Amino acid sequence: MASKRPEHQGPPDIFYNEEEARKYSQNTHIIDVQTKLSERAIELLNLPDEESCLVLDIGCGSGLSGEVLSELGHQWVGLDISSAMLDVAQEREVEGDLVLGDIGYGMPFRAGSFDGAISISALQWLCQADKSYHNPVKRLYKFFSTLYGCLARGARAVFQFYPETPHQVDMITQQAMKAGFTGGLVVDYPNSTRAKKMFLCLFAGGQVQQLPTGLTGEEGSERVPTQARFDKERNRYKNLRGKSLKKSRTWIMEKKERSRNKGRYDINRGKEIYLLHWIRS
Amino acid sequence: MLTSNVLKGITKGFPLKISSTKVENAPVDYNRDFIIRIMQRIEYDALRGAVTDLGLHESLPETISESTQQNEEFLKKLHKVLLEYEVEEGELICPETGRKFPISKGIPNMLLQETEVS
Repeated sequence: MASKRPEHQGPPDIFYNEEEARKYSQNTHIIDVQTKLSERAIELLNLPDEESCLVLDIGCGSGLSGEVLSELGHQWVGLDISSAMLDVAQEREVEGDLVLGDIGYGMPFRAGSFDGAISISALQWLCQADKSYHNPVKRLYKFFSTLYGCLARGARAVFQFYPETPHQVDMITQQAMKAGFTGGLVVDYPNSTRAKKMFLCLFAGGQVQQLPTGLTGEEGSERVPTQARFDKERNRYKNLRGKSLKKSRTWIMEKKERSRNKGRYDINRGKEIYLLHWIRS
Repeated sequence: MLTSNVLKGITKGFPLKISSTKVENAPVDYNRDFIIRIMQRIEYDALRGAVTDLGLHESLPETISESTQQNEEFLKKLHKVLLEYEVEEGELICPETGRKFPISKGIPNMLLQETEVS
């Protein structure tokens, strides 16, 4: 099925006009696919069992994914750039609160507001330069850094998306890392062109978390690695230039020596003061 | 009203002042656990400010003490204010820049002009 990628046809607020929004929300196949993707994304979100949480739905569109959140007993706030899609969500009387906005301009929410975030089939739109002055890398960074801020410590953000190229995947993951997220890609059914789905699973600080494993087919498929973990570890060795790896034990000792030489290290309070400096730097 | 308590403007931009011409009130199922959870996260002063700005006749205590947190009446009141009141038409106003974000059919428009983006 050689279908054209919608994001090549125009920006999302233009593509998802009234007609398209209506078609999208009435297409039972789409509803089915989006619902399944939402269920899987929410599963990957790993919210505390049996608790009602406040979740951000990024690119909520007509509210299909939000409805799954509501069904599971969560409260949600949905953000989308298409007013036509949001109008359809209104008509469908979704329980979440809707906000019209462009994620590339930054998330308009205060620090630590959300227990988690999901996004279904939306992230690839951010990789396009819809206006001549748009810089996708800059927009991606703005998006991820502000998203990081508005999530509670230890919260996750799970994105189901359709990357066009491996380069796009790299661009996205790099900006997410730069913004402070750890995590990685989870791929379901990697061997099936039809069933294969990609989820970017990000962790906003908190304790070290285990990346979930992707789903694999049942018969005959090889055990292919279904996840690519990335975190700050990978880039740490790049720019050493003869110095110790930052934050390693030798680095800490060297820094202590330098501080001592500058008269900043108080031997009596020792570790306490040092750690304070380290955390704030 | 829960959303207005988490929305913010461009830079520090919180809390956004609300002015409205139309507020609606619709019942929502009461979930005690959610209210207790969210109580820790909301900016309570901002919420009280919003209730006053909108002229809602709901009295909320000045501070949430230990005993208030357990008070069922208070929790129900909080539930009503956070989840049952919706601003249908109005504006959110940034405290720093005075910039207005219109609310139409219950949906705040946070779209920015390119010049406003840092």
